[in-house]
Amino acid sequence: MPDYQLISVGIDLGTTTTQVVFSKLVLRNTSSYFSLPRMDIVEKKVVYTGDVHFTPLTCENIIDNERVRALLEKEYLKAGVSPREVSTGAVIITGESARRENARAVADMLEELAGDFVVTTAGPDLEAVLAGKGSGARDYSEKYSCTVANLDIGGGTTNIAVFSGGEVVAKGCYNIGGRLIKLDEDGVVRHISRSAEIIAQSLGLRIAVGEKADAEQLRRIACRMNDVLEQALGFSPEDEVSKALVTQGSTPLALPRRIDCISFSGGVADCMMTYGGDRLFPYGDIGMLLGRAVAEGKLLRRYKMINPAQTIRATVIGAGSHTINVSGSTVFCDKGVLPLKNLPALCFSKSEEERLFVGEVQLLSDRIRDTLEQSAQSNLLVSLRGEKSPTYQRVKGLAHCLAQGADKALAPELPLLVCLQADMAKALGHQLESLLAGKRSVICIDCVDIQPGDYVDIGVPIGEGLVVPVIVKTLLFG
Amino acid sequence: MSDQAMVAEIVAEVLRRMEGSNSTANPEVESGKAEVVNLPDLTSSEQRSRSLLADPVDPEALARMMGKTAARIGIGRAGPRLKTKTLLTLRADHAVASDAVHAEVNPDLLERLGLFTVQTRCSCRNQHLTRPDLGRQFGEEALAEIKKRCNPRPKVQVYACDGLSSRAVEDNLENILPAISHGLSRHGVEIGTPFFVKYGRVPAMEAISEALDAEVTCVLIGERPGLAIAGSMSAYIAYRATVGMVESRRTVISNIHSRGTPAVEAGAYIADLIHKMLTEKASGLDLKL
Repeated sequence: MPDYQLISVGIDLGTTTTQVVFSKLVLRNTSSYFSLPRMDIVEKKVVYTGDVHFTPLTCENIIDNERVRALLEKEYLKAGVSPREVSTGAVIITGESARRENARAVADMLEELAGDFVVTTAGPDLEAVLAGKGSGARDYSEKYSCTVANLDIGGGTTNIAVFSGGEVVAKGCYNIGGRLIKLDEDGVVRHISRSAEIIAQSLGLRIAVGEKADAEQLRRIACRMNDVLEQALGFSPEDEVSKALVTQGSTPLALPRRIDCISFSGGVADCMMTYGGDRLFPYGDIGMLLGRAVAEGKLLRRYKMINPAQTIRATVIGAGSHTINVSGSTVFCDKGVLPLKNLPALCFSKSEEERLFVGEVQLLSDRIRDTLEQSAQSNLLVSLRGEKSPTYQRVKGLAHCLAQGADKALAPELPLLVCLQADMAKALGHQLESLLAGKRSVICIDCVDIQPGDYVDIGVPIGEGLVVPVIVKTLLFG
Repeated sequence: MSDQAMVAEIVAEVLRRMEGSNSTANPEVESGKAEVVNLPDLTSSEQRSRSLLADPVDPEALARMMGKTAARIGIGRAGPRLKTKTLLTLRADHAVASDAVHAEVNPDLLERLGLFTVQTRCSCRNQHLTRPDLGRQFGEEALAEIKKRCNPRPKVQVYACDGLSSRAVEDNLENILPAISHGLSRHGVEIGTPFFVKYGRVPAMEAISEALDAEVTCVLIGERPGLAIAGSMSAYIAYRATVGMVESRRTVISNIHSRGTPAVEAGAYIADLIHKMLTEKASGLDLKL
């Protein structure tokens, strides 16, 4: 079977900057001739890196939809890629941008522009993980079998992801960034974010828009910001200021183990390495001061710092190369159903799942109705662990329960969508198809790990129809 | 003195001494009150996952690496040799493998699945192991039995065979057979009468294909056990198999076992694969996957 290539786009629409990258992903059957096929992504290569643009804003809280569109169209043109060639990718609306009033409208515009199966997503947790993957922190933790914390310090937020042996073990987000205070060329304060105000107040400092900035005051604010990051990593207990600066919608950072190494990405990571010049405010913000505060703080003294593979582009590269997964290679997909987007995942506890195996239809249909109601979507993805080596009778039993549950709770024209962790989707799909023949389409995929609260996109089958691309994401706007 | 006689004498001597020591030092055995010692099963995954290193620098990394391979890593050493536990595990694994080869498939299982049994020209297990050529052939009687009891000219003939691991048949057959049958019924294809071949080798499928004039023949056979897994099944499938055909006309799906490809999932895949063979009228290297 020949290799299969995909062009993937990553677009990061951040608080401060907007970036585009294109990556080439290579899918290959890595199994031997004597086994079932196994399609894997064997190569991820960035083939085009766009410029770092300031995110176009009309006023402080509105993203300029039209200018964003123009900017992206230009990047596609420069890369020589048309949206039709792009098979997958992700638009990540990050930091404070995701909380801007028109985020959803911008997302819709981008989705239409970027390509058929490009997903739009937001949410500080996902962003933290993507930045950690893009910066190389995840790979380092796997290669050297250690625990690495990646701090992606951007304009509006700092996304923290902790990886151990290649797995995410903690994530969190704080409203700490280089552009919480903006200045003009004359050093006059032009913008103070709510988070910066909280910090200034806690220090008893008074700064005001329109007044000339005092460099020493700003330096103290930057140091206080660094304190928040140090508290987050457990140097001292979190105080009231830290608690107030936890980004809305993010998971509280809980460290399960000792951190061995630390890496920094985001725009401020570059400032950490270049500070020391004569200009304190080269970007019209306090990024340089924050970079210096972090670099001189306790973090670097306690942990070994690793050089990130990417700094300011970590998130966008994470979005372009690391959002997509492929399903197992023995799946069941009725024709004409895919692609499907924004499917809320319906997950079950282990004991609940056992009740489904033995045919408790009521449990399933109730939970389907609840999830549809809460998410306001028309369909959902039933996500199960499945069994490692199930008997035929167990598969049959589960299929009966799923088919009946769907009939009770799903509108008749909707397909039944099932996703499993264990490799059993084709067998289950065959059973479901027989039970629902002609009445309802079936999609049954496996080898995908989904957590409660996730949303899932499933693309059209690729690689001779063996696998489907799957993107697991969080959706969070406003 | 011949070897056998010597062994017999040694065993007799050992037994004599054991009796002697029991009667004096361990009276509980005689009165039937001996304590039952539950020794751990060295072949269990729980025992296998235990590292034998006294003081690993990074226990988590070691556990991760051990979880990724069936190879015997993290076992330490005693001087230049294996530790006792490693050696015992190796011998236990060898015993499991040996049992898988020598055991017979449980007749209850075959009865439950409604499979009749035919035997190749091998008359016993020993001959089956030493004469692969006979394991490919059937006597007149066996062929007549197959022809009598099976539907003639089936589109797809599926049968099971002990091959080199009866354990594989016992572990997987009950789950893989209905999955294949159901998977093919979705395409409107009915499978021929399934049965069981005792003392068989893979190429016995050619004789069966010819006897029944089957379009596709699929044998579900036990693979030679290794020290890692004893119950691994393979499916060998061929389009219009004929005696003496080249090996490259066979398609094989291997590693069907509880820690490899699950039997039901393999069955569903094999059904789709067979359907493709029927459409393309080809198998093995001739079939473009």
